[in-house]
Amino acid sequence: MDTLHRQIFSHLAVLAVAWLAGNATAAPAVSPDQLARGQYLVRAGDCASCHTAQHGKPFAGGRGIVTPFGVIFSTNLTPDKESGIGRWTEKQFYGALHDGVDDEGHHLYPAMPYPWYTKLSRADVDAIHAYLGTVAPVRQEARPVQLPWPLSWRGSMVGWNMLYFDAGTYQTDTSRSAQWNRGAYLVEGLGHCSACHSPKNVLGAVKKHESLEGGSANEHWFAPGLGGNLRDGVGSWSNAEIVEYLKTGANLKSASVGPMTEVVMNSTQYLTMADLDAIATYLKQRPAAPTKSPPEMAALGADALARGQALYIDNCTACHMDDGRGVAGVFPPLAGSSAIQADEAGTDVHVVLSGSRMAAPASKPTGLAMPAFGWKFDNAQMVDVINYIRHAWGNRAPTIDVDLVKAVRKDVKPGDSPSRDAVKVRADAHARPALWDVDEDPHLRPHAPAAPASAEGH
Amino acid sequence: MATKLKPVDIVLVGFGWTASILAEELTRTGLQVLAIERGKYRDTVPDFATTHIQDELRYAVRNGLFQEPARDTLTFRNSMDQTALPMRHLGSFLPAVGVGGAGVHWNGQTWRFLPQDFVIRSHTEQRYGKSFIPPDMTIQDWGVTYAELEPHYDKFDYLCGISGAAGNIQGQIQPGGNPFEGPRQRGYPLPPLKRSYATVLFDKAASEIGFHPFPCPAANTSAAYTNPLGVRMGPCTYCGYCEWFGCGNYSKASPQVTILPVLRQRDNFSWRTHCDVTRINLDSSGKRATGVTYVDEQGRQFEQPADLVICCAFAQHNVLLLLLSKIGKPYDPITNTGVVGRNYAYQITSSVDVFFDKGTILNPFMGAGALGQAIDEFNGDNFDHAPYGFIGGGYIALWTTGGRPILQHHLPQDAPKWGAGWKKAMADNYLSSTSIATHGSVMSYRDAYLDLDPTYRDIYGDPLLRLTFDFHPNEHKMSGFLTDKATLIAEAMKPRSLHPKPRDGHYSIVPYQTTHNTGGCAMGDDPNTSVVNKYLQCWDVPNVFVMGSSVFPQNAGYNPTGTIGALTYWAADAIKNKYLKAPGPLVQV
Repeated sequence: MDTLHRQIFSHLAVLAVAWLAGNATAAPAVSPDQLARGQYLVRAGDCASCHTAQHGKPFAGGRGIVTPFGVIFSTNLTPDKESGIGRWTEKQFYGALHDGVDDEGHHLYPAMPYPWYTKLSRADVDAIHAYLGTVAPVRQEARPVQLPWPLSWRGSMVGWNMLYFDAGTYQTDTSRSAQWNRGAYLVEGLGHCSACHSPKNVLGAVKKHESLEGGSANEHWFAPGLGGNLRDGVGSWSNAEIVEYLKTGANLKSASVGPMTEVVMNSTQYLTMADLDAIATYLKQRPAAPTKSPPEMAALGADALARGQALYIDNCTACHMDDGRGVAGVFPPLAGSSAIQADEAGTDVHVVLSGSRMAAPASKPTGLAMPAFGWKFDNAQMVDVINYIRHAWGNRAPTIDVDLVKAVRKDVKPGDSPSRDAVKVRADAHARPALWDVDEDPHLRPHAPAAPASAEGH
Repeated sequence: MATKLKPVDIVLVGFGWTASILAEELTRTGLQVLAIERGKYRDTVPDFATTHIQDELRYAVRNGLFQEPARDTLTFRNSMDQTALPMRHLGSFLPAVGVGGAGVHWNGQTWRFLPQDFVIRSHTEQRYGKSFIPPDMTIQDWGVTYAELEPHYDKFDYLCGISGAAGNIQGQIQPGGNPFEGPRQRGYPLPPLKRSYATVLFDKAASEIGFHPFPCPAANTSAAYTNPLGVRMGPCTYCGYCEWFGCGNYSKASPQVTILPVLRQRDNFSWRTHCDVTRINLDSSGKRATGVTYVDEQGRQFEQPADLVICCAFAQHNVLLLLLSKIGKPYDPITNTGVVGRNYAYQITSSVDVFFDKGTILNPFMGAGALGQAIDEFNGDNFDHAPYGFIGGGYIALWTTGGRPILQHHLPQDAPKWGAGWKKAMADNYLSSTSIATHGSVMSYRDAYLDLDPTYRDIYGDPLLRLTFDFHPNEHKMSGFLTDKATLIAEAMKPRSLHPKPRDGHYSIVPYQTTHNTGGCAMGDDPNTSVVNKYLQCWDVPNVFVMGSSVFPQNAGYNPTGTIGALTYWAADAIKNKYLKAPGPLVQV
């Protein structure tokens, strides 16, 4: 164990003791192993991404989750007794994750992914609860939701749950391998992948029969399909490429952008290789989704293609190259990219408009960024260049029109550039906090190193 | 009054190449390292993004990335009998401001000095006799040898992903490389850049004469590269916007592109920007630094205690900081005593413009900062100096750094200076002209030095640094010799016409020459002639180290960054493995 890990480990142990001392009446003993496991699960569930506001204290909530219905603010998961979950019992906490009901019996909004977390085992939920009990308490009251009536009335969720929510712990499919089942547990449960990567109905519920076929990740980001499709799924990805992508944010086929960069930085980079292999196994055994047949090149027109190509050559080739293949290991390819060929082009527009930054885990620390073009391209140019990359080099996807660009531009500041602040886990302000501020609370840095190796796995 | 901050272990003054290297090396020890930078934080995106960086007017003409003289400058005079005046516009050299320092806006020309360069006095005396060195020339051995620095040169080469062709691997001369270079332990990490047509013509001409041309070592990547820190670089696109610009393509080595991604992940590293360090503080004995004092953007003064202070600012600024902090004895040219400010040197450059017929298309806009072909026959002591009566030399190179419209074009002498005639000359010559450069060494002299100006003061009321410098006959003679050799090659290229531009007369601070300012904190093995010992540690205050070209005792005929990088790794190694284990003087005299 290196020094850093030893420090973290001892810190965990000390906190565990402190936590136990402060909860002398609490029945279950919490071991450092259970805390480490809780931390691992909290990461696998990507709790930090939503429950930490930009520049906010870890797990103190307050991040606005922008949904099609309005803004829902994440709540405070720290053990503060007044504003956090410090008074919540294990049972109450389990109720929130398993049934979507808080300690006072109020219904949660499904922006909190209880429709997925309901699949978690009781032991896993208890470990998560134990770990959250050790993070530094922060006094920060929840912010009221910004939703229209009747959605602003939490009771309305009873109806939603009746229609769309099936409570129930994950049931092992005995006809499948243990690895497949582990993958299913992570993808369909803790990882709540389909919360973004699936189409939703008008009430925001995942269309069950189209799960993981690609969907909105809010704020115009489109999470591509994870089915076996070659064009707009992961059909062309090997298991190893899926693992590499989740571990590092990039592989030879693609690189993370937008919310997925956060997911990699806050969650998947910490998963064990065994768990990542399980996820890959599960995803690769999913069938291809029925795909809309994209228009042929002719639908775009030679003029539009030529305009787009001219813009592409002047602005994009330095990194992505004439042939759209990028530079292996550095700049991601556009040719053959499932994200670029997704039926909905929100991600394409978002990235060209405001730029993006790749994940920068310790294993691939560079954090390459693409600059924003929103200030440079007008809407017509945006349409031309995006239609070009969706049709060049054998790519095929529905054409986009200027209305989509306008819609994204309305919500994304055109001057936005992908500062490193966007990656929450490495919340590098342009001046890092003074050393001692960090030091006072090393345990709480959301970018604390991975748990000791000995505590990984299950 | 200054607000006293909580102590750190190591404070770095400045946050450019040397500070970045040190921070990466020293944070590995677990110590807390803080860099204090006068400029702003800068990153490839958005600061140097390809969407806007190729803007010659903004960056090259209007000095977008450089120090603002209105905020920080020095005074200048050619000789001690003159009154120095403040440099109110940048000209001869262009110090950077901001994270990454000049490592952001350099060309990427990454040379190693010759083995003899580090022992120039003893080597010269041995080969030519003591009387060969003029009495007022104050050159000295560095106290460190090429052999000692070689592993650290290697480390810097591999950090940056240098593109080049080795000329000497462990004593074996390699075809196509520089046969005069010191032995290197292995080849360059990347093959040479693709050649421009102009460099092909230069190569052919130089070879025909019997010289040994080779591709210049370039911190512009000829292919994708992952450095030993795991940081990835993209291949250079030959956009021609290196010098005076940041690279938007992750292909020119800079702190941002090679080190900062890993440094940002170290929790024992932090930095502060927009902070001017005004003093290194000493305890009552004057023998120990207690930290630094700095002023932030709002004018608030802070005292930052630290166990170790390392000066990583631009060359002259390090000298100023030592003088203001009363570290080391200031140099006095009258009595020839003292050391701080002594042995300032620079670079002497010249060129030969070459014009071909319109049919010879050179496409100069396809360039890279260190895309060039050079010969090294006339550098250092690679040739017998006895017949010529001067010391030093330089490389002769044809660079295709770019073909920017405003400042990177060549016109024949008789071309009109404006109007339709000028436009026609531009149209006729832009694609078919190039230039051969000479890059000459500058020796150090008793009357070339830095001290505190008696009259002019900065925004904090402190004296400005005063630069007293002129070219000496030795340098004019040497540069003229190089210019003649360059002309010889130019003629062999069989152009329509050529135009030699020798460096005549007094040194002028107005026209741009190079940002290769050296000296003032010379290193050496004698405290009477050097500020820092061979490990770049101050003789007088052992917990202060000085990095960068200010430690060069004189300047060689190469760009300095490769040697700065090597010296920094060398010093980092000494700090980690010697100083931190037993803080105190590393060299006893």
